[in-house]
Amino acid sequence: MVVFGQFVEVLISGLLAGVLYSLVALGFVLIFKASGVFNFAQGAMVLLAGLALVRALDMLVAQGFSFWAAVGVGLVFAAAIMAITAWLVERFVLGPLVNQDGLTLFMATIGVSFILEGGAQMLFGSDVYPLPLFPSDAWFLFEKAFPGGILVSKIDVFGGFIAAVLVVVLALFFQHTKTGRALRAVADDHAAAQSVGISLNWIWFVVWLMAGLVALAAATVWGTKLGVQFSITFLALKALPVLIIGGFTSVPGAIIGGLLIGAGEKLAEAYLGPAMGGGIEYWFAYVLALVVLLMRPQGLFGERIIERI
Amino acid sequence: MRAPGGPDVAVDDVLLAVEDVSLSFGGVKAVSDVSFDIRKGEIRAIIGPNGAGKTSMLNIINGFYQPQEGRITFKGETRSKMRPHEAAIGGIARTFQNVALFKGMSALDNIMVGRTLKMRRGFLWQLLRVGPALTEEVEHRARVEEIIDFLQIQAIRKVQVARLPYGMQKRVELGRALAMEPDLLLLDEPMAGMNMEEKEDMSRFILDVNNHYGTTIALIEHDMGVVMDLSDRVIVLDHGIKIADGTPDVVRNNQAVIDAYLGVAH
Repeated sequence: MVVFGQFVEVLISGLLAGVLYSLVALGFVLIFKASGVFNFAQGAMVLLAGLALVRALDMLVAQGFSFWAAVGVGLVFAAAIMAITAWLVERFVLGPLVNQDGLTLFMATIGVSFILEGGAQMLFGSDVYPLPLFPSDAWFLFEKAFPGGILVSKIDVFGGFIAAVLVVVLALFFQHTKTGRALRAVADDHAAAQSVGISLNWIWFVVWLMAGLVALAAATVWGTKLGVQFSITFLALKALPVLIIGGFTSVPGAIIGGLLIGAGEKLAEAYLGPAMGGGIEYWFAYVLALVVLLMRPQGLFGERIIERI
Repeated sequence: MRAPGGPDVAVDDVLLAVEDVSLSFGGVKAVSDVSFDIRKGEIRAIIGPNGAGKTSMLNIINGFYQPQEGRITFKGETRSKMRPHEAAIGGIARTFQNVALFKGMSALDNIMVGRTLKMRRGFLWQLLRVGPALTEEVEHRARVEEIIDFLQIQAIRKVQVARLPYGMQKRVELGRALAMEPDLLLLDEPMAGMNMEEKEDMSRFILDVNNHYGTTIALIEHDMGVVMDLSDRVIVLDHGIKIADGTPDVVRNNQAVIDAYLGVAH
């Protein structure tokens, strides 16, 4: 029973970690779905959102606000910062480059990532800022079935909950609102969307704003887990295998890809690690992504690209 | 009977006026000094051999191409540059030669996107989907259902358009354009690839749209029978130049037009 309990514990912690990867991947999916642009700056956006939030929070608490009031105001402030960023990126980067090909736009987002990382740290500071939004201890579940109980980290559970809420809200948004439909339309056919009256510039601003808000959500969870610091931008690298496995254009794919990678990583580390000298966690995701690329390039849920010759 | 295309047309009858418009792509002159008008409520056909510049002309009216020379006057307002979504806002709707539907969405959703401009409630209201936004959504859905009934595509409303047969896709595209309640409807080869029966259906729809909703229609079409039956006036383009402009009978007997179609060197 102890062995099974260990398995369950590793599995659960893996799944929850995976959900947190999905949170970052979601931002990529939104932008790619609507504009075909792979946003290299998504990690930088998580950093910017996190820094804006934590600095506002610290400043307000120092002024005497209660913690949760400061969090509320801080979230609004960070959201506003992301909105301004979205507007600036649309106006000065995407707008002028509108008919260029995907690679050009990708390179532009690399530039944006440098500017955001530098700018964020210039404005808000470059220390490591703790962000205690969620309790960092753990629950011990099912103590009757498993001796000592299964350790489940509270941050991970809250993160999972936030991700679930986000996915539901996004799904409702895409299916049932005029803007959501317009986003799907732009993703399918730019020219037709324009001739129906949809302004591409407005849509791209909306998409980058939404990706910014998703980045803020990711920042709240990852910031609590790791502290808000520059290395949070490297989370974006972990999102890449998630996208490859789940498909670049699928919201459910991002979730499932994240779950697979999270669980796979932790399980591989726990069970194969000792035999291979450890360190599996670092490369497992990428190897898995490579295998998926070889077998099913569009990912599990991505759209199959069929080109007519 | 008024002289076709003559100078005695009352000015406020004209919905769209194209004046001395020229368009080049690098060294290729797609459209050369073309002028014509479209009157309110008429069905105007644009015909000509392949490569005549018909689709380019439509793209100019719609805002996809900006002409190097010339002016377009629509509903009294003259402009030289316009972007496609501005044309839509102004009341121009369009279908495309190669059926530009939103492939991942159902027929119903495609037509609902056509209502985008008519939906006034903003982003946040829509997200909450309560009160005014919900009533509006229901209202628009009712209008879309009217269009679906009109085009007789009830059976395939929920089907993803990529799976629909070509003729149905064309109808859905027409439905999406109609959902915009346009003043001017631009149809690019609406009958292409259709059999006799489908052509008859589509002709009936086009006539109904013109009679029932009073929509002005400009259409590009290759089937001469359809052109002669449906249109009030015709303009003929060849190699980017206008070679004839008038009622179907006049145009049909015009020697330059006959030469263009027969490929006589000129």
